Amino acid sequence: MRDPDRMTTDLLDTRTERAPDAPAAPNPSPAAPNPSPGPAVTYVPQTTGRIDIEHLNVYYGAFRAVNDVSMQITPHAITAIIGPSGCGKSTFLRTLNRMHELTLTARLEGSVRLDGEDINGPDVDPVALRRVVGMVFQRPNPFPTMSIYDNVIAGLRLTGRPKGTDFDEVVERCLRKAALWDEVKDKLKSGGTSLSGGQQQRLCIARALAVEPEVILMDEPASALDPVATLRIEELMAELRSSYTIVIVTHNMQQASRISDQTAFFTMGPDRAGYLVEMDDTAQIFTNPKQQLTEDYVSGRFG
Amino acid sequence: MAVATPAVRVARLTGTRAARRRTSTDRIMRTVALSATIACVVPLAAVLFYVTIKGLAALNLDLLTKPSKAEGIGGGALSAILGSIQMVGLATLMAIPVGVLAGVYVSEFSSSRSARAIRFSADVLVGVPSILIGIFVFTFLVLPFKQYNAFAGSVALAVIMVPVIMRTTEEILKLVPGALREASLSLGIPTWRTVLSVTVRTGLPGILTGIMLAVARAAGETAPLLFTALGSRLVNVGNFAKPMDALPLFIYQNAREPYELQNEQAWGAAFLLLLFVLIVNVLVRARSAATRTQ
Repeated sequence: MRDPDRMTTDLLDTRTERAPDAPAAPNPSPAAPNPSPGPAVTYVPQTTGRIDIEHLNVYYGAFRAVNDVSMQITPHAITAIIGPSGCGKSTFLRTLNRMHELTLTARLEGSVRLDGEDINGPDVDPVALRRVVGMVFQRPNPFPTMSIYDNVIAGLRLTGRPKGTDFDEVVERCLRKAALWDEVKDKLKSGGTSLSGGQQQRLCIARALAVEPEVILMDEPASALDPVATLRIEELMAELRSSYTIVIVTHNMQQASRISDQTAFFTMGPDRAGYLVEMDDTAQIFTNPKQQLTEDYVSGRFG
Repeated sequence: MAVATPAVRVARLTGTRAARRRTSTDRIMRTVALSATIACVVPLAAVLFYVTIKGLAALNLDLLTKPSKAEGIGGGALSAILGSIQMVGLATLMAIPVGVLAGVYVSEFSSSRSARAIRFSADVLVGVPSILIGIFVFTFLVLPFKQYNAFAGSVALAVIMVPVIMRTTEEILKLVPGALREASLSLGIPTWRTVLSVTVRTGLPGILTGIMLAVARAAGETAPLLFTALGSRLVNVGNFAKPMDALPLFIYQNAREPYELQNEQAWGAAFLLLLFVLIVNVLVRARSAATRTQ
């Protein structure tokens, strides 16, 4: 299902997309339009969802929000991004599926490559990119006009997926994955906003899963939830970890240390631009960081 | 520490002269504000009361079902009722696509600068005296054909409806949380589909409310029809190339006549019009109340 060639085709403009059940190209090497295949394609063909960020700068008008960030995001692992408020964590996250473009003044320098392919390349359609790199937001945002059922399949129905799709199956599978099925299976037709905050957030996760992304970006997904609901989201992320690449922005350091494999620590420079101080295995960041700034932050001395 | 005596406590809680002055000022200002509110409501109540009393007395089955008599005295308001339904209906069909699409464009696609310009134009258009719109439509849909016609009346009403629909659509769409647009786009749903199935769909009850208010406004307009549809004693069904009657025109004509019977008919028609506007407004209220509690 996750063959390496899918990525190249998926990111190209959907107008040129292959028929849904056409066989994948027999050639295991990447397609011709991409002359420099990324390491993920070359060395780990069965795994996709590796993101390489190089010298990324993000500006809002004249203001630089993110300053020269370079990092690698490991596929099928949870990468946490921590740091004080206003240090560009969310801005950084939004550049990974080009949601930053919704802000008219935003612009970007540097490169973000998904399995070797530049996601800001001229042929890349942001709509197709976002089907591969999904997102869960801080505040649960189910569509208020849709039922629970319709919320889950919204991404499929509104992107014109093949007519034959078995929506019932998709809804059950995604709600099960999002650990919500047992709570809502008897009221699938009631409104998505009738659920509690934590349930709504799991519904949003189910909705994101339904379009079968490979990377899921989470922007403080539990910060608007109570501790019990937060715990459920964390358990859910641990289960999703084996099949998806997850990048989570969080204010909550305990959360980062509990759930993530890798942790990146951002902070603000004197010009208020956010930059990456240090990125390492989570255990390393929280027990034995290399930078004094990181140590000060994780031990609660500032931020 | 000694427990405070009751006397001390009283002094502490009853307050100073400044506090007492504050209380009395408050009372005076409240009374003034209440009087102003009553002054606002009294005219409305008086109009409703007077039209209802006079109108109910004139209301009978003939008024609703009979056409006017050829000589002008007696008969009913059927020609006006049917004419209003037809012209307002056609005007609504013309105004909805233009108004809604323009509102969607301004809210979702235009730059903030052009949005300001378009919004300003629409607001000016809402404020243009409706008789000017009548003359404007007269010059290019009546003069060239040398014939007053119901189509020109519909166009004039549509011109009045468009800015109302556009502005309410825009205002409603601005209330749709940006988080929903983001949620939709992050699922890989294209922008046009996001606008249609998420933004407009979420704002739909409000857009419908705007359309209903525009219909109520158009149904009561007299001036734009004077130069265009003109009015007619004949029942005109479907012939938009000929003059057509409408309730406001019927009221205008009959109220000016010297005969008691015609004046009564005008009151009856006025009551019908009022009833229609009232029903639309109540429906709008009920709708928005229902969506709030949803």
